[in-house]
Amino acid sequence: MATQQTALSASPPKAERRDATRIIGQFAPLIFLFVLIVIFAIATEGRFLNPLNIFNVLRQVSITGMIALGMTFVILTGGIDLSVGSLLALAGMAAAIAFKGTNQNTLSLETTDAVGLGVAGAAIMAMLVGTAGGFIQGFAITRLGIPAFIVTLGGLTIWRGLTLILSNGGPISGFTPDYRYWGNGLIELPWLTELVQSRVAIGIPIPVIVFLSFTILAYVVLRYTRYGRHVYAVGGNPEAARLSGLNVKMITLSVYMIVGFFAGLGGFVLSARLNSSEAVAGIGSELDVIAAVVIGGTSLFGGEGNVLGTAIGALLIGVLVNGLVMLNVSSYIQQIIIGLIIILAVAFDRYVKSRRRA
Amino acid sequence: MSGPLLKMTGITKRFPGVLALNNVNFEVAPGEIHGLLGENGAGKSTLLKILSGAHHPDSGSIELAGQRIMLDSPHQAQAQGIVTIYQEFNLVPQLTIAENVYIGREPGNPILFSWRKMAEQTRAVTARIGIQLDPMTQVRDLSVAEQQMVEIARALSMQSRLIIMDEPTSALSESEVVRLKQIMRDLKAQGLSIIFVTHRLEEVMDVCDRITVLRDGHNAGEAEVKVIQIPDIIRMMVGRVVDDLYAGQHALPVDQSVALQVKNLRRRINKQDPHAIVLHGISFEVRRGEILGLAGLVGAGRTEIARAIFGADPLETGEIFLDGQPITIRTPQDAIRHGIGLVPEDRKQQALFLALAVRENASMAMLPQLSNALGFIKARDEATLMETYRQKLNIRMATSEVKVRNLSGGNQQKVVIARWLALQPKVLIVDEPTRGIDVAAKAEVHALLHEMAASGIAVIMISSELPEILGMSDRILTIREGRLTGEVFRKDATQEALMALMAVREGAS
Ligand SMILES: Nc1ncnc2c1ncn2[C@@H]1O[C@H](COP(=O)(O)OP(=O)(O)OP(=O)(O)O)[C@@H](O)[C@H]1O
Ligand SMILES: [Mg+2]
Repeated sequence: MATQQTALSASPPKAERRDATRIIGQFAPLIFLFVLIVIFAIATEGRFLNPLNIFNVLRQVSITGMIALGMTFVILTGGIDLSVGSLLALAGMAAAIAFKGTNQNTLSLETTDAVGLGVAGAAIMAMLVGTAGGFIQGFAITRLGIPAFIVTLGGLTIWRGLTLILSNGGPISGFTPDYRYWGNGLIELPWLTELVQSRVAIGIPIPVIVFLSFTILAYVVLRYTRYGRHVYAVGGNPEAARLSGLNVKMITLSVYMIVGFFAGLGGFVLSARLNSSEAVAGIGSELDVIAAVVIGGTSLFGGEGNVLGTAIGALLIGVLVNGLVMLNVSSYIQQIIIGLIIILAVAFDRYVKSRRRA
Repeated sequence: MSGPLLKMTGITKRFPGVLALNNVNFEVAPGEIHGLLGENGAGKSTLLKILSGAHHPDSGSIELAGQRIMLDSPHQAQAQGIVTIYQEFNLVPQLTIAENVYIGREPGNPILFSWRKMAEQTRAVTARIGIQLDPMTQVRDLSVAEQQMVEIARALSMQSRLIIMDEPTSALSESEVVRLKQIMRDLKAQGLSIIFVTHRLEEVMDVCDRITVLRDGHNAGEAEVKVIQIPDIIRMMVGRVVDDLYAGQHALPVDQSVALQVKNLRRRINKQDPHAIVLHGISFEVRRGEILGLAGLVGAGRTEIARAIFGADPLETGEIFLDGQPITIRTPQDAIRHGIGLVPEDRKQQALFLALAVRENASMAMLPQLSNALGFIKARDEATLMETYRQKLNIRMATSEVKVRNLSGGNQQKVVIARWLALQPKVLIVDEPTRGIDVAAKAEVHALLHEMAASGIAVIMISSELPEILGMSDRILTIREGRLTGEVFRKDATQEALMALMAVREGAS
């Protein structure tokens, strides 16, 4: 008994330390983000923390962030979608055409407004196109049994090609203010404007509100609903999911529709922000999106992760880019630093998690 | 004999929320087969993982042949001659036997290593355990038992002194177990020591020299096998007497009508999967309140029958009637909707979501009943369900929020059983329901199966353990090479009778 007690009393400090690493483990990306913010705040002598800049960062990450929410669903099932950048462009183009009622690049608003479907019509069109694109890819993956990597790699070029055909290669620009509102609008915060004595109005950008709302929605769905549970199950062990009576194909199909929906939404918001739908919009953005998901702690093998991590991952990339720009780091070096930070963030996350498991 | 080969002293290991090992001492003498026993979750695997360098103890010391050693990695353990045969094999399926045996240690010149030499040496080690396999065969073409032999060959080729086998027999057929036991005795004769974990106590009595028993992470006793009996071991493991394994019979429900009838199930040869087992027109029925045993050798087609009924594999022809009505089952979903459940044979591959919590694993098939119209899971109902089955099956875990991968093997199996019991099916098929489960838990599962049958469920049980089949079943069907070969009622059932019906006839195709 005496020896047992010594053994027991020797262990608590270790156990506590382990509990601490476990808690850190859950917030690893958040801690990483916090550290970055502190570094930039110091390095820019506080300019980084100016509300105007903070909201600017948030606005910049919101489109990547939205799509990354959808991508989280896909990666949770063990899949991947490389086509999101192209689907974003296609949906943005479809929105512009729906709004203007023509694919001619005309800047005159009055004439086109009458023929088009209005702002709501344009937004719905973008989301429909995105979801439909996701459906087609999901169908090929689940029914034809082609790996998601291949299908969406094909999608990456197919959607881009379609976009170019639709737009005759050029942009379609010039929207009404109520359209542009979805990219540039603000919920103004007069007290904050006053507080920092800013000459321009400060407020929460609309895209940020859209992004945050969908983050909460996605979080609730994944965490509290049957569907969310199914997504984790399919990614964790598809065979066990099938033998538990889950419709694995339907669930897999649905996540590609979800990411397509978000790509469509992102396409609409981007066209509103730029006041233009560009055929070259979103090129390469799939990499940022996937990086956000992975930095957020979601396992590329599926079954583990959550959207709060993803939102933080997206923020982390945005903060990094913004901070480096503020510090006048050359864009060549920026790319190297961003790449390194992505690897470091994931390594940190994995390290903490492995400590937790041991 | 001078001192012990292995001496572990005062080993303590804590996981978040669990004290898995508390000041455990463990000694293995040179040239002995030492049984490490205990209930599910007692800490056996944890102790062995420490010994193989996979886990670090919080405190305690390890001595090998009188020398204090540090085992910081599996590699170091191997360098000390301690080799583990894992339950999930670490073989590379695409490589040959020889490559697997010598992986990372290819003999000869490091760039152009000698294939011939490797094959020769492999043949030499496999000969030591008396197996005749071409070293150039790809591992993926081997049976589970043969793969295990390759693992053992690899252990031998590493000049090991101590071989750790954690539940090596649970995936083997009876005849394969006999062969493994022979190999273990041969290795012992060659001076090696073996640590052997199993839940089948007859095996312990048969091959072990000494045993160490753990209970709840403590030492619960040590003994020479010569001087003890199975009930003594059980008492050490459980701390009380567990009466009558395979406890007799159960009350019969009033309604004993036929619940499930299958007619002429067929599965053709599948060219893509040469290992696929063919079914040649299987027909039988099972009544409410009946436990129907399916007996046969591994590979006879028992699992395939179960999977066919459950809709897990496509069928060529066959009809299924539930309560006299024909039903169509194309997917497991259909089967579940009709009230048919299946506890599959391989829990890790086919049943568990290792990264999800125990609660989420237990409720997985029940989510439609546990969620509201909007698809939100009713957390309280789910928690109640979990708690009910935790008590009923005596599942041991820190909390139901821990990931199921952190549970001991037997407790994982109980979680899978809970998933299907919760559905209250009309027909429950259980494929090797007590694989890897300790004696006490096994008795609990058996009692539960009886209870279910008594409540009017038709139970179909597949098991490779003949005593289990004999003790549990009201009626037994024997299967050989995809055909039904006999039907035996409880009163006529003997081990010999079943063996005769199951055995492969000489010269038959
Ligand atoms: N990585 C881990 N994290 C948390 N708890 C763990 C971990 N590994 C084991 N445990 C817990 O430690 C205890 C001992 O588990 P262990 O696997 O050693 O049992 P066992 O004796 O091998 O049981 P079985 O016969 O079922 O295989 C159990 O309560 C288990 O839940
Ligand atoms: Mg174990």
